[in-house]
Amino acid sequence: MTTLLWILQLALIPLLSPLAIGLTRSIKARFQNRRGASPLQPYCDLWKLLHKDEVISRDASWIFRVAPFIVFGTTLAIAASIPLLSLSTRTHTNDLLVLVGLLALETFWIALAGIDVGSPFGGFGSSRQMMLASFTEGALVLSLFALALMNSTTDLFGIAEAQSMSGHLFVVPLIVAGISFGIALLAETMRYPFDNPATHLELTMIHEAMVLEYSGPRLALMEWAAANKYLIFIALFGNLFLPFGIAAAGASLSVICISAIIFFIKALIAVFAIAALESSIAKLRIFRLPDLLFTATVLSIIAIVLAL
Amino acid sequence: MTALISSADFVCTLALFALGAIGSLIAMKSDRISGAIGTTAALLGSALALMIGSGVLISHTPIAVQFNSTLPLLSFSFGIDALSAFFVTIIALIATIASLYAFGYIKHFTPAYRLGRLGFFYNLFIASMLLVVTAQNVVAFLIAWEVMSLTSYFLVIYEYREQTNIKAGTRYFIMMHVSFAFIVLAMLLLYRATGVLDFANMAPALLTLPAQAGASPLMLGTILLSAFVGFGIKAGIIPLHIWLPDAHPAAPSHVSALMSGVMIKTGIYMMVRIFFIIMPTPPLWFGLTVLAIAIISSILGVLYALSEHDIKRLLAYHSIENIGIILLGIGSALIFLSLGLPTLAQVALIAGLFHTLNHAIFKALLFLSAGSVVSQTHTRDMEHYGGLIKYMPVTAVSFLVGAMAISALPPLNGFVSEWLTFQSLFAGIIHGNSMTLSIAFTLAIGGLALTSGLAAACFVKAFGVIFLARPRSPEVTHAHEMPLSSQLSMLILAALTLIVAIKSSFIAHTLASVTTTFGAFSNTVPSFSSQPFTIVLNTGSIISMAMIALVLILAVLLALWIVSLLGGRRRVEVGATWDCGTPLTPRMEITAFGFAHSIITVMRGIMRPTRQSSVEYQDANIRYFPAEHSVHFFTHDFATTHLYRPLDRALARASQIIGRIQNGSVNAYVLYMFLTLLALFVVISLGII
Repeated sequence: MTTLLWILQLALIPLLSPLAIGLTRSIKARFQNRRGASPLQPYCDLWKLLHKDEVISRDASWIFRVAPFIVFGTTLAIAASIPLLSLSTRTHTNDLLVLVGLLALETFWIALAGIDVGSPFGGFGSSRQMMLASFTEGALVLSLFALALMNSTTDLFGIAEAQSMSGHLFVVPLIVAGISFGIALLAETMRYPFDNPATHLELTMIHEAMVLEYSGPRLALMEWAAANKYLIFIALFGNLFLPFGIAAAGASLSVICISAIIFFIKALIAVFAIAALESSIAKLRIFRLPDLLFTATVLSIIAIVLAL
Repeated sequence: MTALISSADFVCTLALFALGAIGSLIAMKSDRISGAIGTTAALLGSALALMIGSGVLISHTPIAVQFNSTLPLLSFSFGIDALSAFFVTIIALIATIASLYAFGYIKHFTPAYRLGRLGFFYNLFIASMLLVVTAQNVVAFLIAWEVMSLTSYFLVIYEYREQTNIKAGTRYFIMMHVSFAFIVLAMLLLYRATGVLDFANMAPALLTLPAQAGASPLMLGTILLSAFVGFGIKAGIIPLHIWLPDAHPAAPSHVSALMSGVMIKTGIYMMVRIFFIIMPTPPLWFGLTVLAIAIISSILGVLYALSEHDIKRLLAYHSIENIGIILLGIGSALIFLSLGLPTLAQVALIAGLFHTLNHAIFKALLFLSAGSVVSQTHTRDMEHYGGLIKYMPVTAVSFLVGAMAISALPPLNGFVSEWLTFQSLFAGIIHGNSMTLSIAFTLAIGGLALTSGLAAACFVKAFGVIFLARPRSPEVTHAHEMPLSSQLSMLILAALTLIVAIKSSFIAHTLASVTTTFGAFSNTVPSFSSQPFTIVLNTGSIISMAMIALVLILAVLLALWIVSLLGGRRRVEVGATWDCGTPLTPRMEITAFGFAHSIITVMRGIMRPTRQSSVEYQDANIRYFPAEHSVHFFTHDFATTHLYRPLDRALARASQIIGRIQNGSVNAYVLYMFLTLLALFVVISLGII
């Protein structure tokens, strides 16, 4: 039983993350009156990239070659350390600060890879990415600490457990912290209004600018890692801020199946919300983004004060 | 272990340093011999000191050395108690590795500068730092402290033909003596309050005589504040830091590693000794002051670091940031003590001391690898580097590990101490008994999160601009890897960042036993249970760096396996970077300034960048065709522009006014004496004094 849960915990994010991206894209296509590609298209893209030949710049060092494995590996490590379907997969890496640290590790390596090839795009992509990441960190840490304060534990599994036990959905500090976390989610996963995941227009791209020089399997890993991060944040939002449905430790198989269904429904709603948001707002100017992030930080501080 | 460590060993260590200092002076004529003597003696002495420090730390048996003299106040007593042992260990560890590095590094100073002089001051510098943290008596401490300041001053101006080094040295000299004035004031007030000169006897004297006239709250507050200012100047807190970004870069790099890694920590050492061992429970306002200064130092330190493109100045500003992080731990410990929560205070103090160790390791690593880069390229300007990873691979790996550790990325050591600091600040939100306190702790958490995010940005910039992409100047293509001893020393430090992280529960446990020797924590319930490789706090928060490292390694292996499993047969071709049809030049890579510019623009309210642009035209009369367009950006340290320049002007003006009474006429001077005497008589007869 535990083995099965562990396999689920490890495989769920990487297996489903391309679907999350594909669904977001096809919902956005509907909003734009297009039919759009199938939601399964990202799987085909990954398969295609994994079988392609690869071109690596002669200016690139080993950093560029190693980075995709570290970035993808870090998202796997995060996926293994957050509450997903069941609370029985606890380890000693579930602290909320470990999550923040691992996210920073992932960002650090993508940014290095962006600089490594010496193209003008990669460099400014990294610069913008690090600017956003450093201002997001405050909002992310403080909104998670607001949750920790409400449940008096900094363990993500402990927070998920306490939240699902209490069943309080509409508590003011929770909503305020949730808005703050939502803004941090959009910034960390490089969605609108922070970045346009569909663009290859040089002046507006951030994430795409850093991975511009990648091709073949390494590009596949980078894209896959970004998809993993997207689903990780959706899962965190679902399990920490919409607290119901997660299976308790030692629950039976049927309970876990129900919790899986609830998880999918929550993820679907989140994906729909993000797609709707992306279809209804414009991308913000880059120097307006820190204002939004500072607003998120202040919201978290308000949430903490309200929760005291 | 106890049988091995005795006071004789300590005397032996000092003798080795003396031998190294005098030996390198005697052999001054030959750079080869004096360099070898100075470095070998320093290496052996520090290694022996490392044994003594760690031995005392593990065996819990303090040792004492007494040098008596016939003069009443001049008995020099030195001793290694638990706190001293911890700092002796840090100093000796970094000194050992820096000396190992010096074997390969110092050669490039010859023949321009004599190595005998370097060896002399280097040995005295390490010895005086060891004496500072072992002095058990005010007089011995003050003498050791002054020797430490003077020897480091001479190391700062070692390359005396550079005018900027002399200027940096002068600034350092002045600030150190301002600091010394405050320290002497604090020490004299302590003597007045307690009547004893031994550190060990001060605490009981203050405890048993709380109602004594000397130990009033005003007196204690003055002692605390002047000690904080005096030792804060040494530690480099903002706004007392202005010597630091100038002095650290000026010194030879292994000395910079020692200054930034351990010398500024002697300030932290004395703060801990005075605030936690000697003084009774400090008032709440003092803890809040320390916390506020800590937040300001960490955020401003990292922001100024971001705007730097001189590699060593950048690292020096990061020292200020990290002193801020250490003080976040110490400040919250002080607040918890005044709230009567010694268990939480202990965790916070352990966080601060742990970060002291961690910062010593990764800052020394960064300074040593920066020193390698500077010695090969002969410039400290990052805009002239680029692509060095291909010419200096070992240095690049060392710098990368140091950069990851200082950015608090798991699984390296910086993460553990920042985790502990975050946890203590979080405990402060819960247990702070008023709204103000909770908000203060919340802001501290926000500040620390912003700081670590900006630090990561700064080190992406530093590593990217120095080591990645294409060379930006021809000097880079002539660079070679450093000699073996220097490579080895960097690799040892890089390994230590991981080892310390994985053994973090052992280190936290050791630090807990150090802090339980303090009076304030003697009856404290253990604040965490230490299992092998895992720290479990009383609050229920758990961290296991070994587990994180293991998960990361397995996950990266899994990524490799997935690619080989799913991927087909494929070729890897080497081609050119996408260049949009024009040949890529080094000017198209992102510069250090360009990288940081967006963050500086966002933070312009604090940073106040200034901009000068100038255009030269082809024809000055017809201003249509510019020949050259240049833009200069500057960010000035606010302390210089808003604090020290006005202070300087005010001093100059005051001197001019006072100068008027010195008119050169002897009659006038006799009048002054007469008036002074008269005033004294009046004061005494009225009984004011």
